[in-house]
Amino acid sequence: MLLLPFFAAALIVFLTKPLPSLSSFLAVAATLGSFICACIIFGTANPQAFEVTWIDLRPVLYVPLGFVLDDLTKTMLLIVTGIGSIIQIYSLGYMQEDAGKSRYFASLSFFMFSMLGVVLSNNFVMMFIFWELVGVSSYLLIGHWFDRDTAAEAAKKAFLTNRIGDFGFMLGILMAWTATGTVVFQEMAQELDRITGYPGYLTVTVLLIFCGAVGKSAQFPLHVWLPDAMEGPTPISALIHAATMVAAGVYMLVRVGFLIQVAPEALNLIAWIGTITAVLAALVATQQNDIKRILAYSTLSQLGYMVMAVGLASGEAAMFHLFTHAFFKALLFLGAGSIIVMLHHEQNIWKMGGLAGRLGITFLTFVIGTLALIGFPPFSGFFSKDAILVLAYEKNRTIFWLALFTAFLTAFYMVRLLVVVFFGKPRSNPARAGREAPWVMITPLMILALPAFASGFGFVAKLFLKMPHEHESGWVVPAMAFAATLIGMTLAIVLYRRRESDPLDIILLRKAFGFDAIYALLIRATQGLLATISAFIDRWILDMGFVRGLSGATWGFGSLLRLLQVGNLQGYAFLFGLGIVGLIYFTIFR
Amino acid sequence: MLTLGHYLTVSGLLFTIGFAGVLLRRNIIIIFMSLELMLNAANLSLIAFSRFRLNVAGIPNYSAQVFVFFIITVAAAEVAVGLAIIVALYRARQTTHVEDVSSLKF
Repeated sequence: MLLLPFFAAALIVFLTKPLPSLSSFLAVAATLGSFICACIIFGTANPQAFEVTWIDLRPVLYVPLGFVLDDLTKTMLLIVTGIGSIIQIYSLGYMQEDAGKSRYFASLSFFMFSMLGVVLSNNFVMMFIFWELVGVSSYLLIGHWFDRDTAAEAAKKAFLTNRIGDFGFMLGILMAWTATGTVVFQEMAQELDRITGYPGYLTVTVLLIFCGAVGKSAQFPLHVWLPDAMEGPTPISALIHAATMVAAGVYMLVRVGFLIQVAPEALNLIAWIGTITAVLAALVATQQNDIKRILAYSTLSQLGYMVMAVGLASGEAAMFHLFTHAFFKALLFLGAGSIIVMLHHEQNIWKMGGLAGRLGITFLTFVIGTLALIGFPPFSGFFSKDAILVLAYEKNRTIFWLALFTAFLTAFYMVRLLVVVFFGKPRSNPARAGREAPWVMITPLMILALPAFASGFGFVAKLFLKMPHEHESGWVVPAMAFAATLIGMTLAIVLYRRRESDPLDIILLRKAFGFDAIYALLIRATQGLLATISAFIDRWILDMGFVRGLSGATWGFGSLLRLLQVGNLQGYAFLFGLGIVGLIYFTIFR
Repeated sequence: MLTLGHYLTVSGLLFTIGFAGVLLRRNIIIIFMSLELMLNAANLSLIAFSRFRLNVAGIPNYSAQVFVFFIITVAAAEVAVGLAIIVALYRARQTTHVEDVSSLKF
């Protein structure tokens, strides 16, 4: 099952490149095959996980290529392959006239392979390898339209930011391995008593491993790649930035939860970084004008929620939110994609409008997705977000208020999006001419709408996940959350009804707090400094000092010796005599 | 009484004069003559040693005097070769001034 998409990718790259239809068929078939396998595995009570030994240097290092098949993995597999298949079917419609269709489906299959690898691996090293492969796939996919400068830049940015996180991740893995002597998760959990005695070391290890999640799941301060990654095709944004890749970070954190739980200071920091990301992203989202960017910042915000939940020591709540988020976010992105493609690649919301009637099914599913996202009961997002809010309420009141504020903001910007895009009068010609998308694209939307609505209900979710424990604070928190949502919704409707342009104009938010500019400045300054130093060393020390110095020394020495070539006989005779005198002196008198 | 020291002094003086001649004279043939003078100074000192250093039994050691013959022979051969070189040099450079033959000077 793991290898099916890989083989598809390989086949496409090597054989069917010139036949795009066949390539797309292969990719979709492979992913569907994986999905069927995932369903089968899910149904099996206690699946046998096999293991192939790769590096055996016991007792120093033992790295198997093994699979873990517990409940967490089973659910993740379903999400990844299920949503992956849906998105691949959607892509058949979206990428119809694209020139690089084969390349697209090959990269997509490769991504599926890497993602499944991350989910299935049972030890740190294997996970890291697949983690990096996921990073590579995302680079390939974001940069699919590589002849566009912005796309190439965005792909580079994504990969590099990811790498920075991975660097910390690797250090964390090394530290954990040094302390426990193993990289296999299960063994490490058993060996944990060895390091619980060293809280400082443990905290640093956990924080470094968290760096990997910071990079992959775009937490502050490595969040800058996610909005730019919207340069890729919309199904890609749906797949890797909504449902799966960014979820890999959260999945990893839950997988190594046993390690994280024993380091309280790290937990605190993780929770705060999640909160900061959530608030930051929500603030920025309120001022974005590109439909995909709004959704991107919303993803960032929701990921912040998930990381917050991990930091509040409840991996279950995080996974629950991940589960619901995957469905409704993918739904939203695919809906956005259908709008974009039917409006001939127009992405500015202020050029849309009045699409409720024209793109009816898209509108309906989009509304369902939005209601789920903002946590409107009884849609799925309400339950999962509520679980996290309750957690915050009980553990850390400051975080709770910030999270509530973010919920309000979420409602605000999403309803802003809804109102501006779907209601009012069409603001441009493409909007006037918009028609509903073809069936290939509509069907996935409809398929996803159901879980977006229903996956929050207890009885549904219990089938898939370990639920976070029931809270005792009754209806206070849900009521506050609902109130925040309602306030956000009404504010947005009031502000944005029948507008031609944005009444609010907060530059700080629109430019995302200037993070991109700050980072660019930082990089330019460091590179400039390095360049100056290197130039100095090269010109003065290496060139003047070593090269010219060496030649100069030889030249000077030679000039000195040349003085001895006097050229006339008597001169030589004189030198001869001097030599004899010296010889006599040294042999007889010394 | 003439001792070994006197003879050696004379020999040394002759050697020095010959060396000075080699260094300071301009004509190549005069230089050659000074060279011969140096050789003969060496001969003189050898014979002086042979005359004044006697064996235990009172018999002088004649190996030095035999050596002198060798030196005379070698000097003769050397003169032959050297004069040939001087003639060739004169034919090439048309001068016996040794300072004019300095084309190897840097």
